[in-house]
Amino acid sequence: MLESLAISIVNAVPVLSGVPLWTITLLIMVVVAAIVLTFAMVYSGLATYVERKVAGDIQARVGPNRVGPVGLLQFLADGIKLLLKEDIIPAKADRFLFVLAPYLVFVGSFAAFVVVPFGVGLIASDLNIGIYYVMAITSLVVVGVMLAGWSSNNKWALLGGMRAAAQIVSYEIPVGMALLPAVLIAGSLSLQDIVRSQGGLFGIFGWNLFHNPFTFFSFFLYYVAALAETNRTPFDIPEAESELVSGYHVEYSGIRFAFFFLAEYGDMFIVSALAAACFLGGWHVPFLDAEALPAAWGNLFSLGVFLTKTLGLVLVMMWIRWTLPRLRVDQLMRMAWKYLVPLTFFNLLGVSLWLLLFHGKGIPQMMASFIG
Amino acid sequence: MKSHAEALPTQEMLINMGPQHPSTHGVLRVILRTDGEVVVNAKPDVGYLHRALEKIGERVTYAQYMPFTDRLDYLASMNCNAAWAWTVEKLAGIEVPERAEYIRVIVCELNRISSHLIAFGSFTADMGAFTPFLYAIRERERINDLFEDICGNRLTYNYVRIGGVSADLPDRFLEKTKEFLDYFEPKVPEYNKLISYNKIFVHRLANVAVATPEDAVGYGLTGPNLRGSGVPFDLRKNEPYSVYPKFDFDVCVGTGERGTLGDCFDRYMVRINEMKESVKILRQAIAQIPEGPVMAKVPRMFKPPVGEVYFRAENPRGETGIYLISDGTVNPYRLKIRAPSFVTMNIFEKITKGLMIADVVAVIGSFDIILPEIDR
Repeated sequence: MLESLAISIVNAVPVLSGVPLWTITLLIMVVVAAIVLTFAMVYSGLATYVERKVAGDIQARVGPNRVGPVGLLQFLADGIKLLLKEDIIPAKADRFLFVLAPYLVFVGSFAAFVVVPFGVGLIASDLNIGIYYVMAITSLVVVGVMLAGWSSNNKWALLGGMRAAAQIVSYEIPVGMALLPAVLIAGSLSLQDIVRSQGGLFGIFGWNLFHNPFTFFSFFLYYVAALAETNRTPFDIPEAESELVSGYHVEYSGIRFAFFFLAEYGDMFIVSALAAACFLGGWHVPFLDAEALPAAWGNLFSLGVFLTKTLGLVLVMMWIRWTLPRLRVDQLMRMAWKYLVPLTFFNLLGVSLWLLLFHGKGIPQMMASFIG
Repeated sequence: MKSHAEALPTQEMLINMGPQHPSTHGVLRVILRTDGEVVVNAKPDVGYLHRALEKIGERVTYAQYMPFTDRLDYLASMNCNAAWAWTVEKLAGIEVPERAEYIRVIVCELNRISSHLIAFGSFTADMGAFTPFLYAIRERERINDLFEDICGNRLTYNYVRIGGVSADLPDRFLEKTKEFLDYFEPKVPEYNKLISYNKIFVHRLANVAVATPEDAVGYGLTGPNLRGSGVPFDLRKNEPYSVYPKFDFDVCVGTGERGTLGDCFDRYMVRINEMKESVKILRQAIAQIPEGPVMAKVPRMFKPPVGEVYFRAENPRGETGIYLISDGTVNPYRLKIRAPSFVTMNIFEKITKGLMIADVVAVIGSFDIILPEIDR
């Protein structure tokens, strides 16, 4: 795809014909990566602002309102502050691992943005193993978190790191299993294909959410498991401010801390984007086919739709965070292995049987064929 | 072949929880020996906030000691003030005007509500829900406003005097208190809806750190912690002082409604219910309060007779007992304060064995300890 884009650019601008094709391809890659990263950073910054506003609203207070209009620039101020902070590395810390850990976490979280289907043609790289890639690359976070916990040479951080490792590894399974129904229905691991499979004439009933009862449950199972995978309340036990002081990143300060912080918001976006793409029809809306619109408008429109759905799910995560208390570590593990894992397996089996019995048709399609 | 345990021996981990830790409610240090996440032993280490308040008592006069009692349990200064006043009055046999006693009861019960609000809020924050804390603070703010009207202070009130109170109630105070009660009463069910019966919250607390009634009595738990174990003992009823016999209220006890009798949830619910009872007392006190003076005649050079006295009052955190020996001079000869939070720490080591680290936080929160009172 990139190469065809590069060729079309060369065709449009004859001056470039002397330049080797791979440099242009590379340049496009860098530009795309920069756009995605910029988006991710701006999103994370704004998400912290929104989180604080939501928290303020729920907690009967105002939230940030000093920097910029209605406090909108608070995240910039915070970012600058974190950049200027002294970079403290504890004397007894394992310096190399300590420095490495935040990057791993950050990369693990933000590399997943590459395959998020923002719109009809808005996807940095439409990998044919999209979902698999996301699951794999976000697993890098575990390594980073464990390294952070271990290298800090702090017992609270160690406990937090261990908790995080156990939790994220456990919840990867239900997360993956809950996403598989969408893959089964679309017959593809590519996120763009999965989104496309949910279009059609049925409006919101074309979404995988309403495909059959099992996918309906799958969505909620996924959302709960994903909450745990991103270490959000009520599953925030690796950070657990009131128990572990703040878990694996307790010794981090300044910009290194900011990396963990941004990664958390990046993770929230990724899991919400996956939920939107796999269950809520991605960039589809009823009665308007973005792919039929002119390319520019179609992309803009589908981007808006996709972001609305995703950010809506992010907002629900924030809402949950400021409402619910936290589970205990053993209850959390019990929930994963005793409830979520069996349920997601059962769901997967159910979806598979459904697809086998009804030749891949969902309830809306069956109703449609029944009526007319 | 070696077993796994031999091949990979594990060690106990020694962790210092505190003195700087967000959930130890101050500068409590808990020495945790853990096997992974499971607590083998949790030993509380107190004394980081020791200010020799009892020794200071021997150096200042009886009236001068009043501000120091503010610093005993700073979340319930009024109760500590009043306890000191009642002790000295018992020693010297001073008759306090009835209006002053009513005022004391009103401020004590208001302070009990505000103290329990903090207990409720910080406990839920310990459990990971930060929103109820802000709600509790919002309500407490109005109590602070009321106290500011009375005495100008919002935390350390220094309002009660030996022989009465420092000033009569300001204009409209009783109406304002009534307004607050009308505002506050529906809030308690709201808390229950928001968090008390939340499934996660109940799961975290039910059956955790059970203090059996025998243990609770044996280890000297008092106040809500004792009642949480189902022992209906409240000094306001069982050893009535001041004008408490004139009020009709219930003693809240734990019932084991969500788990075992005497678990963290029971202790928590006792506090929630006690707020309602305090509202009841306040309404009656406002209706009954007589007119009259608010200060008895106490000589400026106040010298109580030679003798000793022990007085105990039901404070929000339990039984605050003050033992006082007078040698007939202007200074007390000896002063000893039985602080409920300090005595509560006795049972801590026993009750936390085999729990998770997160439960230790729950235990500290459910006992609602306060450090300046532990260390004095």
